[in-house]
Amino acid sequence: MLKLEPRPQPSRWMSVASPVLALVLTAILAAGLFAALGKDPVQGLSMYFVVPLSSLRQISEVLLKATPLIIIALGLAVCYRSDVWNIGAEGQYLLGVLGGGGVALWLTTQGLVLPKIVVVPLVVIGGTLGGMAWAAIVALLRDRFNASEILVSLMLVYVAQQLVNYMVFGPWKDPKGFGFPQTRNFDVSTWLPNLIPGTRLHIGLLFALALVALTWVFMFRIYRGYQLQVGGLAPLAARYAGFSSSASLWTALMISGGLAGLAGALDAVGTLQQINPHLSAGLGFTAIIVCFVGRLNPLGIVFAGLLLSMMIIGGELGQSRLGLPNALTGVFQGLLLVLLLACDTLINYRIRVRSALAAAR
Amino acid sequence: MLRLELVGISKQYPAVRANDNVDLRVEPGEIHAVLGENGAGKSTMMKMIYGAVRPDAGEIRWNGEPVDIKSPLQARNLGISMVYQHFSLFDTLSAAENVWLGLDKRLKLPEITRRISRVSKEYGLDVEPLRPVHSLSVGERQRVEIVRALLTEPKLLILDEPTSVLTPQAVQKLFVTLRQLAADGCSILYISHKLDEIRALCHRCTVLRGGKVTGTVDPREQDNASLSRLMIGAEPPQLQHKPVHAGALAFAVQGLSVPQRDQFGTALSDIAVEVRAGEIVGVAGVSGNGQQELMAVLSGEDLRAPANSIRLFGKDVARHSPRRRRKEGLHFVPEERLGRGAVPAMSLAGNTLLTRTEGVSAAGWIDTAKVQRLAARLIERFNVKAGGTGAAARSLSGGNLQKFIVGREIDANPKVLIVSQPTWGVDVGAAALIRGELLKLRDAGCALLVVSEELDELFEIADRLVVIAQGRMSPSIATADASVERIGEWMSGLWPKGGEPPPAVPAARVAGVHHAQA
Repeated sequence: MLKLEPRPQPSRWMSVASPVLALVLTAILAAGLFAALGKDPVQGLSMYFVVPLSSLRQISEVLLKATPLIIIALGLAVCYRSDVWNIGAEGQYLLGVLGGGGVALWLTTQGLVLPKIVVVPLVVIGGTLGGMAWAAIVALLRDRFNASEILVSLMLVYVAQQLVNYMVFGPWKDPKGFGFPQTRNFDVSTWLPNLIPGTRLHIGLLFALALVALTWVFMFRIYRGYQLQVGGLAPLAARYAGFSSSASLWTALMISGGLAGLAGALDAVGTLQQINPHLSAGLGFTAIIVCFVGRLNPLGIVFAGLLLSMMIIGGELGQSRLGLPNALTGVFQGLLLVLLLACDTLINYRIRVRSALAAAR
Repeated sequence: MLRLELVGISKQYPAVRANDNVDLRVEPGEIHAVLGENGAGKSTMMKMIYGAVRPDAGEIRWNGEPVDIKSPLQARNLGISMVYQHFSLFDTLSAAENVWLGLDKRLKLPEITRRISRVSKEYGLDVEPLRPVHSLSVGERQRVEIVRALLTEPKLLILDEPTSVLTPQAVQKLFVTLRQLAADGCSILYISHKLDEIRALCHRCTVLRGGKVTGTVDPREQDNASLSRLMIGAEPPQLQHKPVHAGALAFAVQGLSVPQRDQFGTALSDIAVEVRAGEIVGVAGVSGNGQQELMAVLSGEDLRAPANSIRLFGKDVARHSPRRRRKEGLHFVPEERLGRGAVPAMSLAGNTLLTRTEGVSAAGWIDTAKVQRLAARLIERFNVKAGGTGAAARSLSGGNLQKFIVGREIDANPKVLIVSQPTWGVDVGAAALIRGELLKLRDAGCALLVVSEELDELFEIADRLVVIAQGRMSPSIATADASVERIGEWMSGLWPKGGEPPPAVPAARVAGVHHAQA
């Protein structure tokens, strides 16, 4: 007979092992799903965990996809640790696409050719400000009217999508695009410098790595970051210490909004070099899973970002090579998060096997 | 035949053996005290008797028959009733409706109301059945709880720390009721750590220490020292109380009025108190009379104080944030340890940073080595038992965490220290250490304002006393000139008018009559 028994102290070991366990369980369930779909489970799993790492080109694609996931998740980790539940990173990302992409598009249409050292910061600032502006709406409504940041940030995602649609169907539509809803391609001078020749990987990855370090420092070495976390863990203690809750709210949302916006700008200008309505494909939501699988920890987020990126790439590969349904990636992401939450039970509880005899007594 | 007998009861929790081969024998009509420090296993024992927790080993006998009490419902059916320390009443319902909720559904409300009136008359428990609970004082609420327990006609009544919320006079009144109940044949289990009360009221006393019974005695034949030896294994150390050398005026509150925050809060009305360097001013009062509201305003957590109402060395700090007040030398220890005085999930080092910013540079950079050293110093200086500076605050026992929090503020060398409930839920040894440290700080020239609901404590450490009742504050009186009876009277809001500047308290505003909506 199995029994769940509270641990005297939360287990540190389990908090690291839990994501691994969840991943293994996800893989097992995935194998079962492949079999049920009439595909070879080994081949199916290899699409997700082997093929994406099989060549430099594939690896570069994994890194490229992981870049926005990591950057967005870093901001969300700061937010969630502050007990601010921004789940609208997708919307802030899209505003970053418009902000950063808008800078590149404007330079392109004006025919302005500036050196990279000027263009890159402009794009970065444009994207970051775009994301911040979108998150500021959330912060303002929460601060002023105590509106739930969960609902406001989520609903603003749909507004942001319509905003992107309006821009690419309307004012920013490519005049030579045969009526397709997209902007013209940005001028080569605005593209982000490439990192590995022959691949699409650009310096966005370096931004991500630098931000990992910066976020770690902010969380664990900067008093402001400490204040945010106190507010998240124990609001009354924060008030007792004299930390302003509204300052914490604004800081958390500006950081996460800004980072999501930055990720959008890097994707638009660095990866796609244009804006179209399919640019994000839900990265802002996937980043929430990255954030939790990574234990709200910057280093954990790097690994989780790579993992989820592999799952996205694997889904695309499975679709094209094995004819697997597109929805499978979403199913696996959902499975991973649910199993993770289930496995997290073991951080605070342990399983005890009681003999039938003891149970009868 | 014994009413209740526990034989060899044990209960193991993951980290601690809460009850270890415990015996308890309660006669019919006996008032039986269960004495022990926090964590000695009193609550676990009561929970097993009341069916909320089941023992791992041992036997419970009820009127001589072995019973297996599976739930509180079964316990009530056997005739066991319990009055918890924290009341479980709905504020928006009347007293009668609250009582009704816990009883047989077939009874009608008018019938309940009649029975409440009858029982309250019989036992001198003054309860008005139709008053909504939110308008009742704490003592009245307790009486509602007791009446509710009595309506089930219990054979055994369990009372958990019943006097912690009562004035000395109300305690005497409660004792009369309990003695009458016992005379009618109801056994009473009286859980407490207050030695005087046990000696005055109880027929027998079972003492617990570390989950084991250390003795069963007749408390009427014991003195405090012998009971305390059984309870903690030693007599509490005597405090050194040097004469006062009150210095300059350090902290002054004048004309402090703050409206109630919500329907159930207490409004503060024209509060005035002064604290000089090198003295301790004690604030006595029954809980819920505005202490929490006063503390929040004095600490800066509530910034609604009118300008100039709070002065620190002559400077108006009424609108300053807690951080700013701390920079100016005013430190504060709140009554809630976990969640307010400390962040439960954070390490002790992390919790040091909450109010101590020596390890933070002007640019906001945290010097973790310095913070660790500071935390380690606090742990050593105040004898905090913890698994190092990395131990999470919630892993500490209440007493150790309190030592850490009080220590953190004392170690900051404050000029003014405000402490709320310094030894609440803290064992006798830790309490003595904390009181000793407060006295040392006083002798070093700090001005202290100590709010406590334990009168003994205030009489022990305070140089002057004030009383807060219904959001108003009495004039101060030197502790040497005060008596428990006098302070008890003041706790009902009846202090002499005049002498001190306003407020004139209308004579009608006595205990029990809820305060007017300010």
